[in-house]
Amino acid sequence: MTRTTEETLELNADVLIIGGGLAGTWAAAAARRAGATVILADKGYCGTSGVTATAGPGHWWIPPDPPELRENAIANRRKTGFGLNDAGWMARTLALTWESLPTLAGFYDFSKDESGAPQYRALRGPEYMRALRRLVESLGITILDHSPALELLQRPDGSVSGARGIRRQKGGDWQVNAGAVVLATGGTSFLSRLLGSHTNTGDGYLMAAEAGAELSGMEFTTYHTVAPVRSTMTRTMSYAFATYYDEDGAVIPMPPGPDTMRPLARALLEGKVFCDLSRTPEDIRAQVPTISPNFMLPFRRWGIDPYSERFEVTLHGEGTIRGIGGLRIVGDDCATSVPGLFAAGDTATRELVAGAISGGGNINSAWAVSSGQWAGRGAARFSAENGSASGGRPIGQASLRPASVERDIDLSQALLAIQGEMLSYDKNIFRHGSKLKRSADLLDDAWANVDAHARGSGDTRLRTRETAAMLATARWCIASALARDESRGMHQREDRPETDPRFNRRILVGGLDKVWTQSDYGRALELAS
Amino acid sequence: MIELVIAERCTGCNACVEICPTNVLAPSLNGPPEIAHQQDCQTCFMCELYCREDAIYVAPDCENPTDVDKDEIVASGLLGEFRRNHGWDEWAADPRFGNEHWRMESVFLRARDMAIAEAAAKRNSAQQ
Repeated sequence: MTRTTEETLELNADVLIIGGGLAGTWAAAAARRAGATVILADKGYCGTSGVTATAGPGHWWIPPDPPELRENAIANRRKTGFGLNDAGWMARTLALTWESLPTLAGFYDFSKDESGAPQYRALRGPEYMRALRRLVESLGITILDHSPALELLQRPDGSVSGARGIRRQKGGDWQVNAGAVVLATGGTSFLSRLLGSHTNTGDGYLMAAEAGAELSGMEFTTYHTVAPVRSTMTRTMSYAFATYYDEDGAVIPMPPGPDTMRPLARALLEGKVFCDLSRTPEDIRAQVPTISPNFMLPFRRWGIDPYSERFEVTLHGEGTIRGIGGLRIVGDDCATSVPGLFAAGDTATRELVAGAISGGGNINSAWAVSSGQWAGRGAARFSAENGSASGGRPIGQASLRPASVERDIDLSQALLAIQGEMLSYDKNIFRHGSKLKRSADLLDDAWANVDAHARGSGDTRLRTRETAAMLATARWCIASALARDESRGMHQREDRPETDPRFNRRILVGGLDKVWTQSDYGRALELAS
Repeated sequence: MIELVIAERCTGCNACVEICPTNVLAPSLNGPPEIAHQQDCQTCFMCELYCREDAIYVAPDCENPTDVDKDEIVASGLLGEFRRNHGWDEWAADPRFGNEHWRMESVFLRARDMAIAEAAAKRNSAQQ
């Protein structure tokens, strides 16, 4: 019953939020509470889209008293983040997260512990996103579901004034003219089978780059998460009790601590890897279905008892999701370097809080809650100060306005090429300068082809644009990994195994036809303190 | 991937069409929604959670379609298990399905303590 119409739904608002996941909903609420009229456009359905809805974020959560608790946590994270994160940003993220979660009472039914104390830290994904949708609706924010954005609108002075996209279910296009825009489109895992990630194709990165924004930390994109083969179930809690086996049944030794990714990847490059969860205490087994109700679904449906039987596992790439990179933030209101354009959640770099290692669920979700609200308020202020939207023109290039003669592009081949470079353990987890150079060349060729010839139409319009976005993102990741000519945090170069003090700074990346990198010299991003 | 929308259970509310984040389903004029784009299914199980009639079955294989026998699935008791364990809708007041997600942190701590104890035991036995 797809209705075909050439009509464009045209709407005006002070602030447009693109993306209705964790960061986007918090951003929408903050912008509205700051007095702006707000429209939120989601690629899928605000409430189930994105990687929060299928997961269960436990936020970075440290009480304000005594103050040493936060001071120590920040000092420890400065060390584990290899010096790329910032104490000021960490402190304000901890503070705002602590203030924000209890305000969801009434929308989220917070569990109580045995003493009756409400538990604010960890929220179950589907309930959390359902609550945030209800919050957004209660504030009178207009939600456009199934309305992916394709491109930004930009005024002659360089400021962003809205976006255009597709109405997948209602037919036709949409255009929102806005005084400011928040990008909260998530990161991308290059369509790995990571749970809940398939609406996250890096669209925000590409749209922002077309407007002139740069990115930061894109080399920190090597994180992978374990799952049963042929499944999306990347819920990790129960793997804290995992025992892994090689094809001959020998136990694969794991280092103490949670970091099992690299030994697992090494084993997977050798052959199949199997797992059981027999070390899980009985009382925890009984609680798993009501802690993480989705975790057992694949096992129950395949008739496997993971506590007594071995099952084959794989690693799914996380790209910039549990990776770190994203749009560079240049102000404490999460402004990008493009006027009127703000970034939140995984669309923004998380180096500021996480540093060179994964922020995991805790820091990343605290960042989404906080950066979303800063970006929402920042966008509301920008819109109030600069007047409402007018005069912007659509600026999308790759897959929308081909540079040369339009020609059919094999989208599945293009995706395989991207995934071959970004999801191969050999090339991405165990990086090497020469392998990275080959990846860069291959992806440059693929980009040149897509940029010159691709033009999606009808049902392929969205997927063509998504492919261009993933391709652009992959090129920025590879270029940054080459520029960081050392090993640091999750970025490990076999040819440069040492951490080099010369690289104690963030690496910026950008460009479409030609990708560039440069160092930020650690200055522009520091908060005044 | 989503495999079944069971016509006998479906009331045609189209909630699954609305909430599917990857737009896999399409409403049909008479009868249950059609699985119109199965290859776009991201195997996130959200449609099962939002189906009050427990009429949807998502197979865990995210790479390829699975041959499923509708009667077998209906008889298996698997339909609705996810929504029940989540304590959604009519299960919200049932104390057996309270939201225990907040315990996750303590589970990680248990695992860490076990690993420390096991490592210590190993060291001790190596010394003897």
